[in-house]
Parts: sequence; structure tokens; C-alpha cells
Amino acid sequence: MQISSPAFKQEAHKALVDQGLQKALARAKPFFQAKRAAAAAALPEFEALRDRAREIKNHTLAHLDLYLEEWAGRVERAGGQVHWCATAEEARAAVLGICERVGARTVTKGKSMIAEEIGINEHLEHHGITPVETDLGEYIIQLRREPPSHIIAPAYHLNREDWEKSFREAHTDLPAERVFHERRDILTEARGRLRERFLAADVGITGANFLIAETGSSVIVTNEGNGDLTQTLPRVHIVLASIEKMVPTLEDCCALLRLLARSATGQDFSVYTTFSTGARRADELDGPEEYHVVLLDNGRSSMLGTEFQDMLRCIRCAACLNHCPVYGAVGGHAYGWVYPGPMGSVLTPTLIGVDKAGHLPNASTFCGRCESVCPMKIPLPNMMRHWREREFERHLSPSAARTSLALWGFFARRPALYRLATRAAMATLGWLGRKRGRFTRLPLAGGWTEGRDLPAPEGATFFARYAAAQRAGGGR
Amino acid sequence: MSRETMLGAIRRSLRRGPLPEDQAEMLRGRLAAHPRQIIPARSRLDPAGQVALFIANVEKEFGTVARVASLAAVPAAVAEYLAAQNLPPEIRLAPHPVLRQIPWADRPLLHLAEGRAVGSDAVGLQHAFAAVAETGTLMLPSGPHRPTTINLLPETEIVLLPASRLVGAYEEAWDLLRAEHADALTGGFMPRNVMLVTGPSRSADIEQTLELGAHGPRRLHVLLWEDAPPA
Repeated sequence: MQISSPAFKQEAHKALVDQGLQKALARAKPFFQAKRAAAAAALPEFEALRDRAREIKNHTLAHLDLYLEEWAGRVERAGGQVHWCATAEEARAAVLGICERVGARTVTKGKSMIAEEIGINEHLEHHGITPVETDLGEYIIQLRREPPSHIIAPAYHLNREDWEKSFREAHTDLPAERVFHERRDILTEARGRLRERFLAADVGITGANFLIAETGSSVIVTNEGNGDLTQTLPRVHIVLASIEKMVPTLEDCCALLRLLARSATGQDFSVYTTFSTGARRADELDGPEEYHVVLLDNGRSSMLGTEFQDMLRCIRCAACLNHCPVYGAVGGHAYGWVYPGPMGSVLTPTLIGVDKAGHLPNASTFCGRCESVCPMKIPLPNMMRHWREREFERHLSPSAARTSLALWGFFARRPALYRLATRAAMATLGWLGRKRGRFTRLPLAGGWTEGRDLPAPEGATFFARYAAAQRAGGGR
Repeated sequence: MSRETMLGAIRRSLRRGPLPEDQAEMLRGRLAAHPRQIIPARSRLDPAGQVALFIANVEKEFGTVARVASLAAVPAAVAEYLAAQNLPPEIRLAPHPVLRQIPWADRPLLHLAEGRAVGSDAVGLQHAFAAVAETGTLMLPSGPHRPTTINLLPETEIVLLPASRLVGAYEEAWDLLRAEHADALTGGFMPRNVMLVTGPSRSADIEQTLELGAHGPRRLHVLLWEDAPPA
């Protein structure tokens, strides 16, 4: 996938004036927030589960090598094959190798963010194999040749009229004058179209929400059933999974599952939670004849033992996106790569480099809502701050920002000078604004005064008033 | 080759070599013991309470439940349900021994075909291994008697659930599977596929508006069979 993260600022500006996008954002944001709040409130154990989930993942990450080996051994005993892939390139080659060996022409796909990360669709297309997205949201964005704008609701940015237009353009064999009376008619058309694809596909590719060491299983969670059809009907099932999907046991998995759907869509449980362990058994009537797991690292192991290790607890529920004021204002595409929102602002610099993705951890108000709703209690704002520090240390931030910070740092390290300077500055500003009490324009504060007035300071500075209160004995 | 590269990279980041054998044994012991995590109190109920919770949760998720007193009552219950939904009396039947015990001949108008489902099947009848009251979830492990395609391809899925197989929490359903299922290939208990199904298929991808029947069944109807005398 093409990276446009360096252009975040321009893309965000465009997003803010995109009326269709703003309409979609205004609708989706309250929907997800209200659903999650209700689901969490209805489960008294929700907070205790968050703490437990964090412990489970921390334990798993500290022993990840052993759990991966235990898991891989059981996959192989169940007739499956694990493809260890350190890089996206190795993962693409592994998938293509399987598809070419079995002579695949079409490949159905369940929803997978790893598939986006490694750009598997483009790679297969380039080699003459047709990938077909089967999640309803993924299907339409594939028709539109767009990337997903949200990690669990890929068509988050679209309105009904966009669906109708895209379906008319793509399904040209259907009568052009057909009417979509309801949303249900759109769904029915997609169902019919994709049913043919499910039955014809040679290979099915799904993601994985979890890998279970105890049983050698991969787990997918869907509401549509598309992932299940994808992995059940074709001859070959390929699972794309990254190393941090690991959990030790079914019990550990259940603890995380109790958080996942509630945090994501506000459901108590998703419609289909499916555990796959190997290929079709000798006495079975259905199921794939081959089961492969393409296990991807792609930079994740280098996050272990660093200040970014906690990010590997992420279960991709999207609660942080759904509660982020920045995501809610600009949507997912502005972030310019696979993972948007707060989790993306932390993960993307690791995966594509802070030189390209440095804007993302800066696009935060540090309001902290992402951390407060994260089921895995990932300290997202803290990690964004770490990225800002690294960006500064590597001299990647713009020179104006660096100069201002350096100037501020000079004064901040000299408290007496700092107080003197602020007192002088505030007094000057107060004197300049003494007539109107506010400024409509001010040098260096154009960003502020463009949208609202800046009140002129009145009275003494905070430091002076605090010191006075202390002297008066009122302070504590 | 990448296997050792990846494991090596993980160990380098964790600043250690392979785990010492005593620690590795301890972790394998945890896998074998699979300790339970927090189980929500909502499902700690007597059997009647669990039945009520299960039904409430299935209905909350847009499924339906009918109670049948005996297997002999199943053909009538199926026929009535299909008639009420205006569906053809043609059913793809999972080749399960319990479903074979049902006196289908009582309803000669029901057309039954055993086997895996195909794309044109309108109605499927499946047998549930267990169910979980906590969220109204059916556990459907794959096997020769329980093809996965029946859970997915027909627009209408009917599932026979013996009331004695209803448990409170997912962990209790896994324990039933651990105790009762043997996989010939691995020597473990996990079958190729286990589906946990909660209500009919759906999507809210179009403007966050819920529509049923995205790719899987549009209707999910549970026949709750009172197979054990009430305690």
C-alpha cells in the first residue's frame, strides 16, 4: 500500500472540508461510542477483565518464543504448516508460493489488517491471481480501489449513496434502472455476487484475531460469516497472523474475547467466533484440504523490551479510533497508511519509520480518551510522546518547531528569567489589549486568532498570584 | 531459516537466550492446567435460570427459540416453523446420530437430505454440541456428524440443542469438549473447526445500520430439547 503519511497535514485539511466524509463521521462516531459504553456498563466484571487481559498479554509477550514454538508444534501435528516470515516481502512470497503451487485463479479473503500491511492484494494481482474481498465493507472499498479507513469498519467513511453508485458501476450485468429501496437491497446484491465467488474460489485467506498455544488454533471473529465461508469452502486455507496474536490457552482467549466485541462494536459477543486447527480430517465432509499459517514479524520483535512493547498487547478492537477527537475529525485515510487513529499513531512509525510517520504521533491532543477505553490498557498517549521525543532527537521535526522548543527550553531551565520574561510579556500584552480586552490578530498566534479572539491577560501572572497566596497562608 | 531468525530476534529483544528448561516446563504446565480467568457472575445460575438467560440472549441477538418436550415433537416443530416463515419444507440434515433418532416419517411432507450443505440449500438442521447461557452462544465443533457448511450456506439454520448441554460460561463448554472429544489426528481434543455462533449473520457496514443475513444464515432458530427431567 502506498504511504501518504508524510502528507498528513494536507490530507487532514482536505478531510475537514470533505462534506461526504464529515457526514459519515458525524453519524458513525456517536454510534460506536454509545454502543461500547452500554456494553461495558452491562458487565460488572469489565474493569477487572481489563486488568487481567493486560496481565495475560504481558505474560505472553515475556515468553513469546516459547509460546510460538508450542503453538507451531501443535499446528504441524494437526496437519497444518507454519510459514515463519520475518518481513512483509517473505510473507508475500509465502502466500504467492502456495497459490501458484495449487494453481489458484481466484482467492477469497476475509478481513485482515495484516493483508493490508503486506499489500497482498496488489501482489497477487500482479501475478495474475484475482483476490476478492468478502467482508461487505472491504468488498466495496475494493471496488472503489480505496484502502480501509477504519480497522474494523473499513467503509466507515462512506454514505449510502456511495454504495449505490459503486454497485451500479461494478455490477454492470444487472439492470441499470434497478432501485435500491433500502439498505437491505444493497446487502442482498452483494450477498448474491459474493456467494458465487465463495463457491468458485481456490484459496481462502483470512486474518487471525488470536493464536492459541494450547491447541495450535487460529481464531477469527466476524459478524457476517464471510470469514467462515472463506476458510471452509476452498481447497486451501491460508491464515495471515502476526506474532503478537498469541495467547497461551483457551481460557486466556475467552478473557480477551469478553473484552473484544464489547470494546469494538458494543456487542456482548460477535456472531461467529471460530477456532481453526489444521486441515480437514479424514472422516469429514467439508473443510479445506490444506491449512497454512503465514506468521509475520515485520518489525514487531524489535518493539519487545522497548518503551513500545505495550503496543503489542493491542487486539485491534478500534475503541481508540472510535473515541479519538482527531480521528473523529479527519477520518482514517488522512493517516496515510494501514493503521489510523491512536493505535496507528503508535504502530505506524515502528513499521514504516518515524521519518515518514512523524506527523501521526503529533496529531494528538493528549486528551487520554484512547487509553481510558483501551481494553488492554495500552498507554497510547505516553507512547506517542516517546515518538515525539525520538523525532526531536533525530532532528526530524520542522525547524520552526525545534527553534521554538529550544527557546522555550532556554527559559524553562532558568526559572527566574522565565518569570521575568513572562511577567514582561503578559504586562505588554495586557497593556496592548487594555482597550478591547481581546485580540483579533496577533503575530505568531495566527492559528489561534483565525478561529477566535485571544483574551488580553489581566492582573498578575499565575506564578505571582500563587506566590502571593502562599505568603498569605492560603495555599497548601 | 526464518524460524530461528524470528525466535532469535524475539530473544535478543527480551535480552535472554532460550528459556531454561525448568521455566519452560512451568509454562508448559500452565498450558496443560489452563487455569480459568474471571468468569462473569451473570451466568452462575441454577439450570432453569440458565435456560431463561440463554433464551433471552438468543432473542436479544435476533435468533428465536422453541422448546420441544421430546425428539418425537421435533418434526412438527420444524414443519410449523418453516410454514410460519413461508419456507419450503426441504432440509439439509447434519448426519448426526441424535438427528437420525427423530421420527421424521411422522411428517412425510418434510424432504430431508443428509450431508454437507451446498450453495442452493435453503434450510439446514444442525446439532449443537453445547451452548453457553452467558451470551446465548451455540458451540458447533466440526466432525463427520456435524459439517461446518450447514452452519453457513443455508439462509435458515435450525439447531437442535439438548437442554442438558447448556452451560453458563464458555470455559464450561470447552471443558465438555476436552472431556468428550478425541481428535484421531492430533491425539488432542480440538477438532478441525469449532464455531461459536451467537445469532444469525449480520452486517452494519452500510451506515452502521444493522441488516441480518450478510453471508451466512438470515434466520437462526434453536429447538431447545428438554432431554433431561427437570431437577
